Amino acid sequence: MPQKILMMGNEAAGAGAILAHCDAYFGYPITPQNEFTAYMARRMPEEDRIFIQAESELAAISMVYGAAATGKRAMTSSSSPGVSLMQEGISYIAGSRLPAVVVNVQRGGPGLGGIGPSQADYWQATRGGGHGDYRTIVLAPASAQEMLLLTAKAFHLADRYRMVCVVVADAYLGQMMEPVVVPDEPFPAPPPKPWAVTGCKGREPNTIKSLYLIEAELDQANYLLHQTCDAIAREETQCELVAVDDAQLVLVAYGISARVCREAVAVGRQRGLKLGLLRPITLFPFPTHAIQALAERPVAFLSVEMSMGQMVDDVRLAVGGRRAVEHFGRPATLVDAEEILDRASHLIAASQP
Amino acid sequence: MSTLYERPASLQNCLTHYCAGCGHGIVHRLIAEVIDELGIRESVVGMAPVGDAVLLHKYLRIDACEPAHGRTVAAAVAIKRLRPECVVFSYQGDGDLAAIGTAETVHAANRGEPVSVFFVNNAVYGMTGGQMAPTTMLDQRTATTPLGRRADYHGHPIRVCELLATLDGPAYLERVAISSPDRIRQAKRAVRKSFLTQIERSAYSLVEFLSPCPTYWRLSPVESMAFIEEHMTATFPLGVYRDWEESDRRG
Repeated sequence: MPQKILMMGNEAAGAGAILAHCDAYFGYPITPQNEFTAYMARRMPEEDRIFIQAESELAAISMVYGAAATGKRAMTSSSSPGVSLMQEGISYIAGSRLPAVVVNVQRGGPGLGGIGPSQADYWQATRGGGHGDYRTIVLAPASAQEMLLLTAKAFHLADRYRMVCVVVADAYLGQMMEPVVVPDEPFPAPPPKPWAVTGCKGREPNTIKSLYLIEAELDQANYLLHQTCDAIAREETQCELVAVDDAQLVLVAYGISARVCREAVAVGRQRGLKLGLLRPITLFPFPTHAIQALAERPVAFLSVEMSMGQMVDDVRLAVGGRRAVEHFGRPATLVDAEEILDRASHLIAASQP
Repeated sequence: MSTLYERPASLQNCLTHYCAGCGHGIVHRLIAEVIDELGIRESVVGMAPVGDAVLLHKYLRIDACEPAHGRTVAAAVAIKRLRPECVVFSYQGDGDLAAIGTAETVHAANRGEPVSVFFVNNAVYGMTGGQMAPTTMLDQRTATTPLGRRADYHGHPIRVCELLATLDGPAYLERVAISSPDRIRQAKRAVRKSFLTQIERSAYSLVEFLSPCPTYWRLSPVESMAFIEEHMTATFPLGVYRDWEESDRRG
């Protein structure tokens, strides 16, 4: 029987990493993800795996690079300012085609911002984040349960596509406690990695590198990254749809905002407002086709995010100007269901002929 | 006919991109010779630095990585932790190790991570065009100290072995030079001892090589070797700064 236990989101993500055969965790303390690091400091040695508290996020992500280069599963976790520091290493990992997992428990920004929840790292996460032409796979849990399951899945996706997979949570999801069903079935073992550096016994030496001094070779390396992204978009795009079939207004929201939107849809429906919800579970690849399918009917979209409006860009790109798309939200304080309903009813009224 | 001298098996047979008189070729060869002699080529993993030696993996027939600038030893540390059966080294220049990577250098040493760090100090940035390094000496002219390095404006050169010798973590620290055949033989002994410190003691070591950069010192290769002897060793005294064998003897 799978165990059901009360867990903090940060700890659930750690449990997911351990279930997914994560061999090494490297981190640097930052609020609001410290429970994650503390959990791994305790659990990884118990499992005879590697834990290092690094001297900085720069070092932590480069330790992830080194560990991933050996073919082992490696991860780090941090929060927004720390993830900014990690962009250097993430770009190198992407350029070197190494699999790695990064969990970002978002807090407010820019700069030191705050230690409370935010969803203002959407652009950073979904556009690569560091220098160069690359993307990362981005998963967006909306519960402690998904913190566990999606962190575990992140290792599988990272290995499958030899890419960085970022799990984007926020201070709410990281710190609130919820019942979590811990799967008792083992997750699939990692695939073989013949490209890894392990000492060149019985083979030609392997090199993990991102430098291409011949420009045409650099083009080819970038084409490969781009083709990989196309394959991921075809295979891995994931979203949840709630009451969208007859909806006049579809809320688009991920993570903690989706939780509030789910309530708004339920309450709104009781009051006769035809609301639906599209919850992206993968932020990259973005569920563009699902939004396009909804936009075939007369419907408006409201992107509800804890930001000044970032994901709304992707909703607008998907809709292509055919339907009204608006943003609602604040970067540091979560909107509640009543505020969403107020805004939604105005939008529905405005879109009636 | 017996062979007296040949290319080490760990060294690739290819053209070098290094300038005439550069010290990297000598240090590469010493590492290759020791890898051959210890019979560890198939378990070595080397880290190339961002800087002059970024193409290290082109010259050494070993598994290698190319981490971010200055994070070289952080990557080496992780590889050693995940694959303790491997012999792991980082090869770093003065900018990589003592400027952008100072934090990683100090903390890997402080934790006593069982890796070998080969630090090539030529007191200048070669790849980017001869700018000031953290180890540029006082009065030395570079692209970014056109009137010479001034203590009151640019700070003093950093002495890495002395700095790391304040920590409890390192097991072996030595500064060598590659400015004469005798010195090169001593440098090779240091490389060997560094690898053995890792293999037999599972401990941290760093070997600093005072190495010539004729191009950006604006000297001939021969003058550069004399410059090391006459000037560089005055700022950076040669010698052993930490030695586990010495500590063992003292009990």
